[in-house]
Amino acid sequence: MATTHSRVAARFMLSPAVLLLLAWMIVPLSMTIYFSFLRYNLLNPAIDAWAGWSNYEYFLTDPAFFAALTNTLLLVGGVLLITIIGGTLLALLLDQPIWGQGIVRILVLAPFFVMPTVSALVWKNMFMNPVNGLFAHAAKALGLQPFDFLAHAPLFSIILIVAWQWLPFAALILLTALQSMDQEQMDASEMDGAGPFSRFFYLVLPHLSRAITVVVLIQTIFLLSIFAEILVTTNGGPGYASTNITYLVYAQSLLQFDVGGGSAGGIIAVILANIVAIFLMRMIGKNLEA
Amino acid sequence: MGSITLKQITKSFGATEVIQPLDLEISDGEFVVFVGPSGCGKSTLLRLIAGLEDVTSGMIEINGVDATQTPPAKRGLAMVFQSYALYPHMSVRKNIAFPLKMAKLPLQDRDAKVEAAAAVLNLTDYLDRRPGQLSGGQRQRVAIGRAIVREPDAFLFDEPLSNLDAALRVNMRLEISELHQTLKTTMIYVTHDQVEAMTMADKIVVLQAGRIEQVGSPLELYHKPANQFVAGFIGSPKMNFVTGAHAQKHGAETIGFRPEHIAISQSGGTFNGIVGVSEHLGSDTFLRVNVEGMDSITVRADGEVALRHGDSVSLTPAPDKIYRFDKSGNAL
Ligand SMILES: Nc1ncnc2c1ncn2[C@@H]1O[C@H](COP(=O)(O)OP(=O)(O)OP(=O)(O)O)[C@@H](O)[C@H]1O
Ligand SMILES: [Mg+2]
Repeated sequence: MATTHSRVAARFMLSPAVLLLLAWMIVPLSMTIYFSFLRYNLLNPAIDAWAGWSNYEYFLTDPAFFAALTNTLLLVGGVLLITIIGGTLLALLLDQPIWGQGIVRILVLAPFFVMPTVSALVWKNMFMNPVNGLFAHAAKALGLQPFDFLAHAPLFSIILIVAWQWLPFAALILLTALQSMDQEQMDASEMDGAGPFSRFFYLVLPHLSRAITVVVLIQTIFLLSIFAEILVTTNGGPGYASTNITYLVYAQSLLQFDVGGGSAGGIIAVILANIVAIFLMRMIGKNLEA
Repeated sequence: MGSITLKQITKSFGATEVIQPLDLEISDGEFVVFVGPSGCGKSTLLRLIAGLEDVTSGMIEINGVDATQTPPAKRGLAMVFQSYALYPHMSVRKNIAFPLKMAKLPLQDRDAKVEAAAAVLNLTDYLDRRPGQLSGGQRQRVAIGRAIVREPDAFLFDEPLSNLDAALRVNMRLEISELHQTLKTTMIYVTHDQVEAMTMADKIVVLQAGRIEQVGSPLELYHKPANQFVAGFIGSPKMNFVTGAHAQKHGAETIGFRPEHIAISQSGGTFNGIVGVSEHLGSDTFLRVNVEGMDSITVRADGEVALRHGDSVSLTPAPDKIYRFDKSGNAL
């Protein structure tokens, strides 16, 4: 496997795939970079005026940018927190020998198969609607004032919806990790006098650390680009209260027809994503080393 | 401290009864070995004593007190598992200290005990390594270390040496025996290696299909097996069994004689046959002799014997070393 000869051959064989992937990535990326330096507005036919850094300047100094940045980080962080903690608890529950285990597992997995737009609409209209939603009915039944989630806590509501979608994913990955836990180790810890909590914190959690890392990394990639849920529920509002970077880029280029500004925002989003990735790998990447 | 009494205990998994009603007395300081073929319930019995499985019926007494419902940690027993069951993400030091930490011992006492145990087991240089960075024998010692720091009333070993190579196994066998000499704590040791059983045990418990076949000292089992199963299980190579006319002559259904109790001659013996395989071990030679009309007979001869495949020999078992068994396999 590791002879020089086989490595050269391997590189040679891999090159078409790598080149294809590279082209796939480079072409749109360089076009975006190119657009980001143009004064390019869909309402303005004078397309190729060179704009220099002004698009970036405009995007970065826009007050909406910092709101969107905070929202993005809150959204990612909030969903990660809920799915990791909730997923671990759910996995612990699903690992118990309960009646109807197979069906319960399928039910738990179901939200993951619902399209983001659909699940967001269901939440918006059937749960969070202040007049007809289930939450409103529940509140009224308890004699409380119904709460208009999407108007008064828009970001929190979106975090809730997205967390609901991603909970099964986290639970499933953590469940498989849990099932690979060595039973003799658990027996040994029982003999050593460890109660359920000690066992969880000293044995189970360290064993899960690798799976948790995988969940965090994969979810972060997807959560940085949450879009559909925002579009169908709050449209980024009220104000910029639930606008994240992705949505801001969309608003810039397709609602304000400013392709140049939107491209600059896109490039900034790429840079931010890379910064987040570097931080994550620094913090938890060592868990992945065998 | 360290006597264990099992009274009529049984264990069923669903409908299958894995342990049939079983009584056993283990007195303080004894080294007891459970042997038996694979799947006979040795591990299950050990786990019942440890409290890792609940008995289906019956009673377990530890130090004269009913411990049937006592949780594992409170029974004062420590267990060494076949896979060692070390905690992979903790250093050796933390592994050994874990039971002490769970018992909420102060940090200094913990350290002192860990250092002491490490010194006994030659682990001092490895205290800051992870289990993954140790050899099999070292891991085994860490597992034993984690057991001895608790100063239990009894140690339970479940096939602790089966993952080690032959040379290391002999070494660890001696170390465990020495540990028993120094600590004088009760030890219950599960194995299916009868050499381990014979060399280490004060008392051997032979199990088959969830039943105790015989309990006794190694030599008792060797010299006075209670039945055909024990006779065949204890001793290596296995005892030869002969049925039919030869057995009838001794007034038994089956007779047995050990490979080491057979005289070889050119002719005129009880059984005449042809050497099938001869295994030269240097110190001994094991001959498998094919005798017409019965199973092959294994003979243990000395190392210099020149017999080889195809030679014809005549065999005579020593008359005072013939074991007789009735129809149901019990010794007569
Ligand atoms: N959790 C369980 N559920 C059902 N049957 C079990 C369970 N554990 C063990 N058994 C059965 O109980 C019997 C005894 O198992 P046990 O592990 O005690 O055997 P053993 O004597 O330790 O064998 P070995 O030498 O191979 O370790 C086996 O037939 C096994 O299939
Ligand atoms: Mg076993």
